Amino acid sequence: MQKYLLSIYQPDGDPPPPEVLEPIVRDLEALNDEMRAAGAWVFAAGLHPPGTATVLRPKSGDVLMTDGPYTEGKEHLGGFTVIQAPDLDAALAWGRRLAAVTTLPVEVRPFQ
Amino acid sequence: MFAQEYGRAVAVLVRVFGDIDIAEDAVQDAFTVAVRRWPAEGTPPSPAGWIITTARNRAVDRLRREAARQDKHAQAALLHAGDAPAEEGPVPDDRLRLIFTCCHPALARPAQVALTLRLLGGLSTAEIARAFLVPEPTMAQRLVRAKGKIRDARIPYRIPREADLPERLEPVLAVIYLIFNEGYLPRSGDRLVREELCAEAIGLGRLLAGLMPDEPEAIGLLALMLLLESRRPARTAPGGTPVRLADQDPRLWDRALAAEGRELVRRCLRRGRPGPYQIQAAINAVHSEPPTDWRQVVALYDQLMALAPSPVVALNRAVAVAEVAGPGAALALVDDLDLDGYHVFHAVRADLLRRLGRDAEAAREYDAALAGTGNEAERAFLRRARDPLD
Repeated sequence: MQKYLLSIYQPDGDPPPPEVLEPIVRDLEALNDEMRAAGAWVFAAGLHPPGTATVLRPKSGDVLMTDGPYTEGKEHLGGFTVIQAPDLDAALAWGRRLAAVTTLPVEVRPFQ
Repeated sequence: MFAQEYGRAVAVLVRVFGDIDIAEDAVQDAFTVAVRRWPAEGTPPSPAGWIITTARNRAVDRLRREAARQDKHAQAALLHAGDAPAEEGPVPDDRLRLIFTCCHPALARPAQVALTLRLLGGLSTAEIARAFLVPEPTMAQRLVRAKGKIRDARIPYRIPREADLPERLEPVLAVIYLIFNEGYLPRSGDRLVREELCAEAIGLGRLLAGLMPDEPEAIGLLALMLLLESRRPARTAPGGTPVRLADQDPRLWDRALAAEGRELVRRCLRRGRPGPYQIQAAINAVHSEPPTDWRQVVALYDQLMALAPSPVVALNRAVAVAEVAGPGAALALVDDLDLDGYHVFHAVRADLLRRLGRDAEAAREYDAALAGTGNEAERAFLRRARDPLD
């Protein structure tokens, strides 16, 4: 089985209001359960906003610390799911479901 | 021999070893041996079979040496080869499997085309680069990246499930037609047609239509290619210069191919699910029975514009309009199109202007068309049309 990282990209700014978010969270949990039942689920997590991030950068023998995300953009990594699948078609089928449930773009990338 | 058998051999060996690079190296290796041995020892009774067997045996030998040095990749490929039957099965669908891999929607269109031409058409990286007007290192990089993605992301080597077929078929049809066109209208070189590419595309089209008899667009594409191919003997004059459809001698057309194409058009249109390939085939079916009913051709182009509008379709429609309503009406349509970078656009404008007696403007348009194509046969044709205008 090949492992794939399914990265969920979300726009910067405030999260959607609860009446929008709650059904999404519910559907996402259902999808995670389905992945577990199918033996595809390895790990999944949502992340705090990029403002909570800290970057560590090696520089001339030392490590410098900066506040904030590594890259500033209009979108950021909001969460991810790790799955195992026999091939890319199977991984893309789960990725498609994840994109539909979260209403967000999903990047599917194989593990080494 | 090479272009025809290369794809079949690569497809069989990808199945055997589950790895494109190993398959390609092995087949190239076998062809190198063939070039050395066949002239002296004679061509074997089954050249294709000899290539596949030789490629397989030499690859296994090499992988065994590498596996002995703890090369995990070689060990995996050997394990894969141990499970796979050596000979192609009764259904010759190894190439079909491979084309669905090459045309996987997770790959960009340029990568799909490059892979299909490389692996199934047997074209060199340099030839593909020339065909698509990109520098050779760019094309080489594109192929390496695409093969790397197939391997690392595990793009499967199989024919898609029934439910996924409509979506997966579309890029396959587009890529096969691109290969046909590269053979039918090469953009560079000194020949107007490269028969082996047309034959390869038609072969793939037959395979596809045979395996998907319920898919009218697959049949439509095959019909379209057969009808175009039927006119090939009349498309060039002695010396290689192109002959326009209107000036062709219908007695030179391949009547068997045209009849097969027309029969396929009737068969797929009866299903009542028209698509761009079926309509283009229908247009060429009308042309195959002269004198051409240009009103019907314009009506079919109207239908094509409704289904799949594009500036190139509009240009072709304008050519048909010229026959029904005259060159002035057609020129007005052509002038609205934004196709400045497409040499055929300039050639069409040049012809319409010449027919309207606007010689100086026509000469300038022929020059623009000449500047836009590297195909020597086509250039000779354009020069011959242009020269009397001075």
